[in-house]
Amino acid sequence: MAGDKAAKTYLGVPLFRPKVAFFELSSCEGCQLQIVNNEATLIDFFSLVEVVNFREAMTERSDNYDIAFVEGSITRSDERERLKKIRANAKILVALGSCACFGGVNQLKNRFDQAWVKNEVYGNFPVETEAARPLEDVVKVDLNIFGCPVKKEEVEKIVINLALGKAIVHPKYPVCMECKANENICLFDLGEPCLGPVTRGGCDSWCPNSKFGCWGCRGPAEDANIEQMKFIMKEYGFSEEVMLDRLECFGGFKTYAEEFRKSLPTVVTPSRKLFGTPPLKIRGGRGSYDSGEKDK
Amino acid sequence: MIFKVFDKKELKKLFDVLSSDNSIVGPVEIGADRNDQPIYAFSLVSDFNNIKLNYSTTKLPAKKFFLPFKEDLATFTIKEHGWQKNVDYNIDRPYIFFGLHACDINALNKLDKVLMGSTYPMPYYAAKRKNMFIVGIDCAPQPYCFCRSMGSDTVLHGFDMFLTDIGEEYFAEILSDTAYNFLKKINTRDPVEADHFLYMKSVSEKNKKFTAHVDTTDLTKILDMEFQSEVWKHWGQQCLACGTCSNVCPTCYCYGVEETVDINLKSARKTKSLYSCNLIDFAEVAGGHNFRPEQHIRLKYRYYHKHRGFVEAYEESLCVGCGRCGESCLAGIRVPEVIASVRRQED
Repeated sequence: MAGDKAAKTYLGVPLFRPKVAFFELSSCEGCQLQIVNNEATLIDFFSLVEVVNFREAMTERSDNYDIAFVEGSITRSDERERLKKIRANAKILVALGSCACFGGVNQLKNRFDQAWVKNEVYGNFPVETEAARPLEDVVKVDLNIFGCPVKKEEVEKIVINLALGKAIVHPKYPVCMECKANENICLFDLGEPCLGPVTRGGCDSWCPNSKFGCWGCRGPAEDANIEQMKFIMKEYGFSEEVMLDRLECFGGFKTYAEEFRKSLPTVVTPSRKLFGTPPLKIRGGRGSYDSGEKDK
Repeated sequence: MIFKVFDKKELKKLFDVLSSDNSIVGPVEIGADRNDQPIYAFSLVSDFNNIKLNYSTTKLPAKKFFLPFKEDLATFTIKEHGWQKNVDYNIDRPYIFFGLHACDINALNKLDKVLMGSTYPMPYYAAKRKNMFIVGIDCAPQPYCFCRSMGSDTVLHGFDMFLTDIGEEYFAEILSDTAYNFLKKINTRDPVEADHFLYMKSVSEKNKKFTAHVDTTDLTKILDMEFQSEVWKHWGQQCLACGTCSNVCPTCYCYGVEETVDINLKSARKTKSLYSCNLIDFAEVAGGHNFRPEQHIRLKYRYYHKHRGFVEAYEESLCVGCGRCGESCLAGIRVPEVIASVRRQED
């Protein structure tokens, strides 16, 4: 990457060109892939910032950076230590994507007995793994960028605003707002469940645009009406498990999902088919499981 | 006013005459819902066979053609020490709207009052509105239609031609010389008394089919009295604050403006996006204070704008009774029920 000098000016004013670094903890690195994915604007993007560390895109490594974008959740003690070091080095720490913001798909395992999970996945192989946690459980996070994966256009907008010193504001409204503007047919009209009415917008209704109901990867919209959402799901013929499945998927709805699970008479885990019968912590259950097969 | 009657077969000819030099927007079927009912939308259409003139109601109004969800109000070319502002009203051609119902034309007339009749007209809207030709068509009242209560089941102006199905023929009402000249290109005749009779019969039959009603008697006063009513909390509790009602509303025009710089830093834009008063940050101001943080209050103000404020300002409601908001609302919040609850009418 180019040297330290501010390469860009805006209306004659030299711009702050932050040194940025990208890191990943437990994740698929798909969010970072999104960053390098949009070739049309890649050169402009990289001339706004000076990338000093980006495993997916370059060989050089440096610990001298202003902004750290961290993807992934924490599932090992060494990741905790690594994150603390990143935090110490960075002026601004950004949680990049749902894993970093909420624990993401990884946190699905937190619902099970951890010894059982480890045994199912790794057998007797000695691996250190713990419950998946978001970055903010370990360090102070300055900015969340939601999404699984993050939306490149949104990251670009955030980086432009960082360079220009403008405030970064996330949409507070639910996905429906953008979905309607995109003229999509409501998925409920098509008989599909969707968390769009309670999930934070900003993704340009990415999934519903392809007739795929929202799974809530960006977490709850501000003022999300979960109680009403439950009622709607039921009215449209979707079981409580269908909704719970979605609320639990990315971890953004953690508090709601935990409450919801507690309120159910029996605990139904759709992942059973994949993992065999897990030793679940049963709350208020009568010890009998519903197969949950009808929901899928 | 000039009336003409023409055989239904002539309509295709009229369509072809209109479409030979123009872009036509009309109701088309875009799929079926979970109950196997057709879903309609306004779309550009070039083949008469694709147009569904017996459509019920489109999910979204034709608003996107004159009040787009997103529109650049200006773009800027950024130079070393300055910028150049470029304004485009985003209208590259006139549009012909073929088959608008009375409610949707009334919606345009209401928007005209706000966006063209005020001290500072909105050129982006006016440019599009002045460049449209409207062929209206009569309709069959649906279970959710309460346009008759809102006085929007018929339309007096704001269109070029309005067609009413009188059996074998269309009864055409002509409001513009453009429409008159277009009609000269197909076979029409002057109506006779029997046609008047058929027209009146068609109208009175339609009137009998309305099932949804809103009592608008003294509504502005009653809304004033019931400002603190508990019913708002009831509806507010159900509201998802998702903005769908505004997005599907043919008269909702509120918007936000955002200025963004493009990633190459060589251009920037000022973008207008339609917004909804039900969204949590609708009344949030600089510094973070939110004047309407509570959902039931936001929902209430939406009703007060439609059914009280606008009535006081223009002596008519901002609601045309198309029923789209209630049909699209997943929470099932419907205007007739909300107004009835405020009026303590139970049925």
